[in-house]
Amino acid sequence: MHVGLEHYLAVSALLFCLGLLGVIARRNLLVIYMSLELMLNAANLALVSFSRFNNNLNGQVLVFFIITVAAAEVSVGLALIVALYRKRQTAHVEDLTRMKL
Amino acid sequence: MPALPDILFFVFAFLTLLCGVLVVANPFSRNPVTSAMFLVLTIISMAGLFVLLHAFFLAAVQILVYAGAVMVLFLFVIMLLDLKEEERRKVKKFGLIAGLVSVGAIATIFLKVLVTTQPGAGLPVPTLEGQPANLGHLLFTQYLLPFEVVSVLLLVAMIGVILLTKKDFK
Repeated sequence: MHVGLEHYLAVSALLFCLGLLGVIARRNLLVIYMSLELMLNAANLALVSFSRFNNNLNGQVLVFFIITVAAAEVSVGLALIVALYRKRQTAHVEDLTRMKL
Repeated sequence: MPALPDILFFVFAFLTLLCGVLVVANPFSRNPVTSAMFLVLTIISMAGLFVLLHAFFLAAVQILVYAGAVMVLFLFVIMLLDLKEEERRKVKKFGLIAGLVSVGAIATIFLKVLVTTQPGAGLPVPTLEGQPANLGHLLFTQYLLPFEVVSVLLLVAMIGVILLTKKDFK
């Protein structure tokens, strides 16, 4: 069996679904955040495999930018979680249902 | 007898998905630290997939930035927050079932589309190499403006984080 574009895309799709399941089913803010990272990584894998099999380097440049923006996003998001934890002493989404601090 | 890259693909794909499952739903532990550790393993095996796709530079960046910097940040925050109570809480049955059903539906749609459309059929033999020189050339010619904008974005993120984590944050 020859491994082609479909195989990589299947792995990427399954990984994306796993991340989505984590966001829906888990109740801890940090685990939800990690699942978001998983979904971003699945998109990266799809982009790199499209880039490779279409002989086009632009996809890899896009992945480079995604990784950079994801790093910035993680730092800001974790800072928000820390600030929230200082105010409310919890990182559990079911305790964070009020809009007011 | 399959070729070595094909065997390696299945090894890395299996590892990626297995560790991904253990990030989201670990039957033995619901500690966020375990999830973070398995996320590191997922990212490393995904870097292996990148190498198989000849994206060498991105594989290195993936390990350095994700498995190195981002995950250290995650672990740091987990240790800072002391999340012991997560273990004591029960899993909500309804949320789990609803999540499984909806995600299963989406996965079915994804895989069905892949099987019916066959996006890889008729493509030429891949010859693309993701060496740093090739990528860097593109980055400093065609994508020069986005590259500079991203550096500003990183600066903004840094200032934002410092402001957000100040003790007297209003």
